[in-house]
Amino acid sequence: MGRSTNKDDAQALFQSLRAAYAATPTNLKIIDLYVGFAIFTALIQVAYMAIVGSFPFNSFLSGVLSCVGTAVLAVCLRIQVNKENKEFKDFPPERAFADFVLCNLVLHLVIMNFLG
Amino acid sequence: MSTAGPEGANGATTLRNAFGGVLSFFILLLIGVLAFSIRLFSVIKYESVIHEFDPYFNYRVTQFLTKQGIYEFWNWFDDRTWYPLGRVIGGTVYPGLTLTAGTMWWILNSLNIPLSVETVCVFTAPIFSAFASWATYLLTKEAKGVGAGLTAAALLAMVPSYISRSVAGSYDNEAVAIFALIFTFYLYIKTLNTGSLFYATLNALAYFYMVCSWGGYTFIINLIPMHVLLCILTGRYSSRLYIAYAPLVVLGTLLAALVPVVGFNAVMTSEHFASFLVFIIIHVVALVYYIKGILTPRMFKAAVTLVVSVGLVVCCAVVAVLVALVASSPTKGWSGRSLSLLDPTYASKYIPIIASVSEHQPPTWPSYFMDINILAFLVPAGIIACFLPLSDASSFVVLYIVTSVYFSGVMVRLMLVLAPAACIISGIALSEAFTVFTRSIKFQLPGLSLGSQVESGDVTSSVAVAQNSSTAVARNDVAKAEKAQEASKTRPSKKNKKKEKDIVEKESVTPHSDRRHLILPMEASVISIFLLVLLGAFYVIHCVWAAAEAYSAPSIVLTSQSPDGGLHVFDDFREAYAWLRHNTDVDDKVASWWDYGYQTTAMANRTVIVDNNTWNNTHIATVGTAMSSPEKAAWEIFNSLDVKYILVVFGGLVGYPSDDINKFLWMVRIGGGVFPHIKEPDYLRDGQYRIDSQATPTMLNCLMYKLSYYRFVETDGQGFDRVRRTEIGKKHFKLSYFEEVFTTHHWMVRIYKLKPPKNRIRGKTKKLKSKGSSKRSVAGKRNPWN
Repeated sequence: MGRSTNKDDAQALFQSLRAAYAATPTNLKIIDLYVGFAIFTALIQVAYMAIVGSFPFNSFLSGVLSCVGTAVLAVCLRIQVNKENKEFKDFPPERAFADFVLCNLVLHLVIMNFLG
Repeated sequence: MSTAGPEGANGATTLRNAFGGVLSFFILLLIGVLAFSIRLFSVIKYESVIHEFDPYFNYRVTQFLTKQGIYEFWNWFDDRTWYPLGRVIGGTVYPGLTLTAGTMWWILNSLNIPLSVETVCVFTAPIFSAFASWATYLLTKEAKGVGAGLTAAALLAMVPSYISRSVAGSYDNEAVAIFALIFTFYLYIKTLNTGSLFYATLNALAYFYMVCSWGGYTFIINLIPMHVLLCILTGRYSSRLYIAYAPLVVLGTLLAALVPVVGFNAVMTSEHFASFLVFIIIHVVALVYYIKGILTPRMFKAAVTLVVSVGLVVCCAVVAVLVALVASSPTKGWSGRSLSLLDPTYASKYIPIIASVSEHQPPTWPSYFMDINILAFLVPAGIIACFLPLSDASSFVVLYIVTSVYFSGVMVRLMLVLAPAACIISGIALSEAFTVFTRSIKFQLPGLSLGSQVESGDVTSSVAVAQNSSTAVARNDVAKAEKAQEASKTRPSKKNKKKEKDIVEKESVTPHSDRRHLILPMEASVISIFLLVLLGAFYVIHCVWAAAEAYSAPSIVLTSQSPDGGLHVFDDFREAYAWLRHNTDVDDKVASWWDYGYQTTAMANRTVIVDNNTWNNTHIATVGTAMSSPEKAAWEIFNSLDVKYILVVFGGLVGYPSDDINKFLWMVRIGGGVFPHIKEPDYLRDGQYRIDSQATPTMLNCLMYKLSYYRFVETDGQGFDRVRRTEIGKKHFKLSYFEEVFTTHHWMVRIYKLKPPKNRIRGKTKKLKSKGSSKRSVAGKRNPWN
């Protein structure tokens, strides 16, 4: 009894997740794609470090943290631009994007300094 | 006001708001001036001079920076200290303070205002304390409101604990670090309240400035994750929390790694792990909330069971790996100083150097009253006021005060971190109390309210209870107080049986009209306000007294009142350093106890063996052993270190209690920690430390005793030590390996020179001759052909 209902439940769960996600607006999906790309790049860097070793540790750190940083900032942008979010109802999306660009600028300035 | 139409009321409100804004601006300006001026007592009483020991090092580094430029400063290897090891200044100093002062000097000089580096250094601390009080205003305004902000700023401008570390001349890291701390917290709260990424960026940059300035930045990077965790656990998670925290962690870690002192410690030491852990936690929570938002409840329940079963396994694996990693390091990844904070007994057991610093001792109870005065008992009232109502910002302030109270109880130096928190909370308490009293008076003044008689059935009218009960009132809304019509309900009191409810005619129904207001009797409010003002007056008197008498001593110049009322000045330290500067070679090495290292390099410009940085325990133990050994052994040790001069501080003639003989037991302990032949009981008679005729022979023969008391009996004939209050044990002795070259006017600093080794060693040549002849006779007896 447990197994089959669990499997059915899991399948129903995934299907409902997929359906709910398909309903999100396109601009949010683009941001999600960007976040996924950044995380994927970070994972590749970690795998490379595991193979080759972490010798210029500052380069490794700056590479991984730049990917993670820009992913986090994109998530913040998504939160602020999402129309379903009641707290940011009056927040103009242009302002959110400008903040996103500014924060990324500071992040990458620091990264380039730390890259070594 | 009551009869004006809506436009008129709006105009009156705007005018009133504008007037309030201008008034707050001027109040803030005056608070800044107050903060600056109250710290100038030492400049007025003594002179514009750098105080204490650590500021001299910072001053020397700033001099180097202004002379050589920033690239030289960044790569500076200092060979004039810790001889023969040297010290990498660029990598071991927190550059924030020196860069700030250097920048200010550079700006002023490029504007053709020729202030010397010393002047800029002396006045850096008062300027930044003015900035710190403005930052406190901003932070408290975010948490509670403008009134609380102004009160908190005024309290911080004067609080004695902060004055003690930021007086004019105290050119130390805390001078700018406290400003950076409060400013970082303000930007964090602002981001939390507005959810704007712009403020999150500013927050990260302010955190970077804090990391540059002080090792206490670990307090920030542990307090903010604690607060985030608290918010999540109490169900106050919101997307603004994510925006406030997640970018700070990533950007903050990167910026912290940029500072050479921190470097890779930003990701590898346990002090930062809390932030990473909470970073992961907040992502998990955000994901959970997101999925909850897009799924139906039944599906969500299924998702939860699936995730929990899988996630538990993964979590256990990760935690096991982490625990193995951390447990493999002997200190579990924490630095010595942080461990001594978490476990107060750690330093005395394992690291005597940290335990010996007087700033690292736990404070006594009176020091709380001395350092934060009336704030000590306003803090609990403020904590209660923060709960009514509880917002993210006020929960942060409560967490801040609780943690800083704990840490201030461990180390007296950290009372400094407690001071801003106490000021913020007390500002909130005082502001709330004033609001209630003034509102009570306002509603009871005839002609202000529309013919409404409001009688309150209050429980008692005593001040203390009124203060406590006034904090139970709902939050004050300044704008709403403008409107004269409000409904008021009185609480039924247990003592007064009569219940009077008066409903006033309302012109506009405000959304806050259902809040209960406690209106106190007019006389009680007037007396309470008067007493609160009196309390503030006592606080001001205490702060000014503390600043003038207790915390303005430069400790490089001492004064005392002579019997005829005049002031006698003891300038022995500078006299000694000037003598060294003018009468020795540039490359001569000077040995002294580590307290005087920074001053010697800065003022005498000579190479020293150990200084206040205390980074090498063995080197300090070597000097301590030398001071504790008899003359010959000490001479050997110092000769191996190329030392030419020895500097000893002696207070026995004038009664200066912080001299080397009083610190001598620490030299023995530290030396004995590394060289086991130095045993502390050898220097104590029956467990007591004495230098009189009952002292042990080891004590009477050690170098420190001899160098301190050489020729001391010539001063008064009996050798009476004014600090230890006895006559010394060994009065007439000669030094065979050292010669006295300089003693200052009041015998406070004594400088000795190492005698060069003798050319001819008497007695040894005879022995060699006899040995040689006996060898020849033995060889002659033996048969060389066998």
